[in-house]
Formats: sequence, structure tokens, C-alpha cells
Amino acid sequence: MTEELDPTAQDSDGGSEEVVLTPAELIERLEQAWMNEKFAPELLESKSEIVECVMEQLDHMEENLRRAKKGDLKVSIHRMEMERIRYVLSSYLRCRLMKIEKFFPHILEKEKTAHEGELSSLSPEELVFAKQYMANTETYLKNVALKHMPPNLQMVDLLRSVPKPDLDSYVFLRVKVRQENILVEPETDEQRDYVIDLEEGSQHLIRYKAIAPLVASGAVQLI
Amino acid sequence: MFCEKAMELVRELHRAPEGQLPVFNEDGLRQVLEEMKALYEQNQSDVNEVKSGGQSDLIPTIKFRHCSLLRNRRCAVAYLYDRLLRIRALRWEYGSVLPNALRFHMSAEEMEWFNHYKKSLATYMRSLGGDGGLDITQDMKPPKSLYIEKAECIKDCKRSAKTMGADLKDLSLDKEGII
Repeated sequence: MTEELDPTAQDSDGGSEEVVLTPAELIERLEQAWMNEKFAPELLESKSEIVECVMEQLDHMEENLRRAKKGDLKVSIHRMEMERIRYVLSSYLRCRLMKIEKFFPHILEKEKTAHEGELSSLSPEELVFAKQYMANTETYLKNVALKHMPPNLQMVDLLRSVPKPDLDSYVFLRVKVRQENILVEPETDEQRDYVIDLEEGSQHLIRYKAIAPLVASGAVQLI
Repeated sequence: MFCEKAMELVRELHRAPEGQLPVFNEDGLRQVLEEMKALYEQNQSDVNEVKSGGQSDLIPTIKFRHCSLLRNRRCAVAYLYDRLLRIRALRWEYGSVLPNALRFHMSAEEMEWFNHYKKSLATYMRSLGGDGGLDITQDMKPPKSLYIEKAECIKDCKRSAKTMGADLKDLSLDKEGII
């Protein structure tokens, strides 16, 4: 079905840079985003462009399959491919939703105080979902318990009660772009901080906090 | 001892294995709230006495009751919040219609929370992609069918089909291939 697959997938986002990816590259990007999101302790930047493009590709493939001859071997193979892609996409989005629900006060607080131009970690639809989740939970707690409590105890600070993501947790990564002088902070008082260089292609086990910006920039891939 | 009932609520959930939702302990919660009311009123009267008579030896008792109040609140909110997390998991496990047995374990307000959550999730899923959206509560496991069939080639297929990222080698005559 090479003839029917468009070799270039256009970015549906109007105003920004147009990135032209082959379908293979698009799926690779999706898988990278998926793995990063799975292994990172915090919610990563929203990759809505990738999600949108993948959905478009899935629609194209579905359409092509409907027009194809029945019993054609290619049909089964492409269907399998579609299932695989749909699984990765669903898993990626589920992972994000789970983190949003788990850390909702902190995530929403960060959105509120985000500066102009800073990339959001939530897509517009995720933001709506997060706000609804927070409102739903707050209303519930208020109506069932808090409003029946003494007046000075009726406000619960969710930012303090709900745990924050543990940025000190360890992650495995593979280096894609060589990095120099990465500062590794000490864990205990006896240790001192030191710097390391990350060679391209090398793999490391390191605290997430030390390399968080490198995940965002794409210089390292969590595995 | 104060906070006994509150601790019992927490212990009840701690004992229930993950995913299980015990019956909503309305009675237990009510008792915790009543204890809080009583503690608060006792504190109010003591605080007034201290303010008027200057009896500062009441202050440790006031502080103690305040700590009990905070603990009661913490346990109650933890109990309610943990139940919400379990109920949330039910949506992903059972879909939008819960089995009756589970519904009887939920309070009316918990049911309302569940309905709002369901709606919110549905709205989000509908917004994904073009028309119809994507139901991400499906496809929970990677596709297992790695092997569809043993393809016995009866004719020479010289054209290789390129799928997204995968290359199918030419299927040649008489070779059996597992795909």
C-alpha cells in the first residue's frame, strides 16, 4: 500500500513551524514520547501535534483498508500495524491522564503561574479535564465532610496534602546528543556534587532531576 | 482516646486489598464529625476562659484538642480520597456501567463524583483527533497477534509492501513465512 500512503504528513497546526515527517518518523516520535512519558516521574510537555498527526494517519489507514480487496494479505498486516499504533497512542494518553489525576493540584498551579511562551504540559483538552477533576473532587470533599467540620478547619490546602512527583527517582536513559558538564547534585551530606559528560549512545541510570531538561530537549531518551 | 474512630476508617481501607471497595462507612464518618464538633466546642469554651480569666494552664489542653481535630480531619479526608481513587479505578476496570454489587458499596455522593468523572473522561476522549475521538479505555494490552498465519506462497509476490516502519521481505515461491 505504499502508493496510498502519503510520504509526508503535514503538521495540522497552522501558525507554527511546518515539520514534514514521514509516517515512519512520526511513529518513531510517538514511541519516543510514549517511553519518555512512561518512565518520567512527572508530566512531560504536551505533544498534541504528534497525537493529531497519528490520529490522522490512523484515519487514512482505516480508509485505505476499507477500499482494499478482502483477503489481501496486506490487509491483515496493516490492520496489525494499526492495532499496534493505536495501543501505543492509547497507552501514551492514559499515562498522561494518570499523572494528571495523581498530581492535579501541582499541575494546575504550574499552569496558572506559567509565563507566556513557556510550553504547556497540558493540551487544552487535558487542561479542561484537569480542572473538572479538581472541581469534582473539591466539591465532593466539601459537601461530604469539610462543610460539616468546625469553621476554621473547612479549608484543605490540596497543594500540601497531595504528594508531589518524586523528581529524585532514578531513570534509565540513552544519550542521543552528546552533553557536557551535567551537574549531578549530592544525595547525602557526605557526597559532593560533580559533573559528568554524557557520550552519544551511552546508557545511564541517573536521578531524573539531573537530566529533566535533557528529556524535554530530546537530547536523551528514557528507556 | 480521641481519633479512634478516624483511625478505624483508615485501617478499614488499609485492610481492603487494592481495587476492592468496602461499603461506605457512613456511620463511622458521622462519628468522626461529631467528635470534631465536640472537641471544637470544648476548645471554644476553654479559649474564652483563657481570654477572660487568663487561665493559661488550659492552653496545653487546647493545643491537644486542636491536634486531635487536625488528625481527625486528615484521617477523614484520606479515607474519602482513597475511596475516590478506588472508584476511579472501577471506571477503567468495568467501563461506564458498574456492577450492582459495587454500586451498593458507594454513597450517593460518590456515585455523583463517579458520574462527573465518567462525563469528563468521555468529553476528553471525544476531543481526540478528528471525528469521534479515541476510546483510550480500550487497547489496554499490546496486540498479542504477532503471528497471523503461516503464509504458504502459491505465487511469486515480487512486490514488497512497505508498512510504516517495517519492511516485508519479498515473499518468494515455496517459502513458508510467519508474519
